[in-house]
Amino acid sequence: MRIFLTLLRRELGAFFLSPTGYVIIAAVTLILGLTYDVLITNLLGDKPQEMPITELFYASYIFWLIVLLIAPVITMRLFAHEKYSGTFETLMTTPVNDLQVVASKFAASIIFYMITWLPMLACLYVVRHFTNQHESLDAGMIGGTYLGIFLVGCLFLAIGCFASSLTRSQMAAAMVSFVLGIALFLLSFLGGAITSPENWTSEVLSYFNLFDQMHNFSRGVVDTKAMIFYVSLTFFFLFLTLRAVESRRWK
Amino acid sequence: MIEVKNLSKRYAGRHAIRDISFSVNRGEIVGLLGPNGAGKSTTMRILSCFMPATSGTARVSGFDVFHQSEEVRRRIGYMPENNPLYPEMRVREYLKFRARLKGLGWRRSRQRVDTVMEQCSLTGVSRRIIGQLSKGYRQRVGLADALSHEPELIILDEPTIGLDPHQIRAVRELIKNLAGKHTVLISTHILPEAEMMCNRMLIMYDGKVLAADSPENLQRLMAGSSQIVAEIAAPAAELREILSQMQGIESIDVSASDGEFHRCAITPRNGYDLRPAIFAIARERGWVLRELTRNRHSLEDIYVQITKPDEEE
Repeated sequence: MRIFLTLLRRELGAFFLSPTGYVIIAAVTLILGLTYDVLITNLLGDKPQEMPITELFYASYIFWLIVLLIAPVITMRLFAHEKYSGTFETLMTTPVNDLQVVASKFAASIIFYMITWLPMLACLYVVRHFTNQHESLDAGMIGGTYLGIFLVGCLFLAIGCFASSLTRSQMAAAMVSFVLGIALFLLSFLGGAITSPENWTSEVLSYFNLFDQMHNFSRGVVDTKAMIFYVSLTFFFLFLTLRAVESRRWK
Repeated sequence: MIEVKNLSKRYAGRHAIRDISFSVNRGEIVGLLGPNGAGKSTTMRILSCFMPATSGTARVSGFDVFHQSEEVRRRIGYMPENNPLYPEMRVREYLKFRARLKGLGWRRSRQRVDTVMEQCSLTGVSRRIIGQLSKGYRQRVGLADALSHEPELIILDEPTIGLDPHQIRAVRELIKNLAGKHTVLISTHILPEAEMMCNRMLIMYDGKVLAADSPENLQRLMAGSSQIVAEIAAPAAELREILSQMQGIESIDVSASDGEFHRCAITPRNGYDLRPAIFAIARERGWVLRELTRNRHSLEDIYVQITKPDEEE
């Protein structure tokens, strides 16, 4: 545990000791700001909005754009850069075990990822402050939204960790995790396209409907089916990462 | 301390090391000597548990590097080739992080970091960012890291590469001072360096250990083929005749130099040192002797020398 915390501190530090971390936060804040602008325009429209505010924020494609883009950028460095610069060798020849390394890198990336979403709280606060209907933005909805962001993030960051553990090149790691992420995301629409006969395929595909699942989270609806889906896939990819890190002992 | 038995490593069809065996005793400073690609780094990586061997066993203070790798890693301080560091961290911060990784407690890591920084003269740069340090300082940070948990065995892969002569001297002094307290395994491709620092040298070539002995013994072995060059002012025929009557001479080659000087290249038998005898002859005859040297062998010659019997088989 002590070693895990030491590693976690250094991994988190790495985000903030180099410009990369700040660039990512700035980029996410910019995109969030644009979404916020869309939201305000919608709220000021003539017709009353039926959708909850958080849903307006996150049922949009922009949310997915952020997740799909930043997860590879956050994770590409984790293993690939250490392998490239050789520090992987100094790291793995200390008495740390592979699980501690994988866990600390993943934990650091998810903590950093959640930090990049913090500016959104300010946007929500402003909306809440300047509307007279406070119930339109309650704690459950915000909590659900953040839980959704967290779970989706876990999954995509785990994919990124796995991609990074496969290669020495950060570019290759980013591309692999981006492609895997996009493929997984597009399964959401495949389900919609072939629903006509209700059989097991559509049943299975409904589990992969990330888009609808996020939709539910942003309404404050926490579905255990979705939670189990995210958590188990996250563990699956972290397991693959662990195997990839161990694999240098098989060669 | 180290026991290596029949160790082999193959990378995709190519042998990096083949069937090497050697052992190192506690407190020794052992140099792994060889040209690039001889398998030095591979051997060190296996000993430091970074990668497994294809076959054979290696033990460090009785623990197998594959099956008891954590125990082994606790006992070694390893500095890889090119000394990779985290460039964004500060010196003290980095050393402390590494000491904690190696399982040292909060207090102990602070003490040890202070000690090794003193030992490697890093105290003045403790707050500097590693990426902005000179190569010499960075090398010392790597060394300090390898020493920080007082390991029984220190493995240094090319610790003096890319340093200026002054820095090389400092690093050598540092390594020499480790003798006795720690066992040290160093790789290098510079012969005089190994001679200066090590109690014993292992010469590697093409994945095999060709010779393992003390620098003095190896020197004797190598001297066998060393050549003596003498420039003497005397008639060529007379020179050839008198010199070839000397004891312990294998062959002689006389060629004309400028003026009345002749250049004699003499190969002695069994490393016999003929220089005093040549001087005696010159004095006796009243010949002018303007040069008398024994060619010291470069590392390259030694490889050639040692690999020769293999090729003839």
